[in-house]
Amino acid sequence: MSFQLFIFYVFAIVMVFAAVRVITVRNPVYAAMFLVLTFFTAAAIWMLLEAEFLAITLVLVYVGAVMVLFLFVVMMLDINVEPLREGFVKYLPAGILVGSIMFLEMVFLLTRRYFPSENFPAPAPKPVDYSNTEELGRLLYSDYLFHFEVAALILMVAIVAAIALTMRRRPDTKYQTPGQQVQVKKEDRLRVVSMDAEKRQ
Amino acid sequence: MIPLSHYLVLAAVLFCLSVVGIFLNRKNVIILLMSIELMLLAVNMNFIAFSHFLGDANGQIFVFFILTVAAAEAAIGLAILVVLFRNRQTINVADLDRLKG
Repeated sequence: MSFQLFIFYVFAIVMVFAAVRVITVRNPVYAAMFLVLTFFTAAAIWMLLEAEFLAITLVLVYVGAVMVLFLFVVMMLDINVEPLREGFVKYLPAGILVGSIMFLEMVFLLTRRYFPSENFPAPAPKPVDYSNTEELGRLLYSDYLFHFEVAALILMVAIVAAIALTMRRRPDTKYQTPGQQVQVKKEDRLRVVSMDAEKRQ
Repeated sequence: MIPLSHYLVLAAVLFCLSVVGIFLNRKNVIILLMSIELMLLAVNMNFIAFSHFLGDANGQIFVFFILTVAAAEAAIGLAILVVLFRNRQTINVADLDRLKG
């Protein structure tokens, strides 16, 4: 067993363990944490596949942004977990049955019979000055320029939708009207009263 | 070296786990969203594995776009979740039967 294969198995075991914990753990905060671990390990496996740019992107975008968003939402909502867990044991046999049947079917298709190692030999090692980021950048800004712009538009729509959905006006909130504040005159607020001084006692 | 089928089987394990997760946590919208993220990760892993073994970087571009769409989906999904919780004080899927579907 080569060292690479050993590393792959270690990461695969960690990843499967973390994924199992994501779907079985009781507290959604822990689930989010295990999802972070899953994404991080996946980034390491992508490194083994020489997809450096995407591995870094996965850590930055997913672990750095999306999972923080998940954590924020989980912590903001005051959730009672118990009613959400009912049916967990009841649906466990059905879930495991469907999952294992799907898994067996996929393994049947994906292993030796249709994807033998001889048909997919290990690619030749890349030259020393090869840059994954550079190649992706060249593709992204030439062949896929239009798709790239559409992706930017999708992100923009997501921003607008997220803000529009969650923003609310509260009618009972007290706030200032700067226009009226600026226009106020001294006479509106201040009244000079002339009165006699009191006698000394 | 690591054969291609290793990566494919790992992605299949991940995908099946997320399907099981959807079965088990069918009342908790947050875990459902997390399961969908796991599913997309499994798909991405297949794309990258094939891209590596076929020596074609186009597969990695697809992963890039999937990541973009998944991030947008997570943002909007969580925004809907927040609005839902604000209006109903629950995220239990069983209570969300207002449309009587």
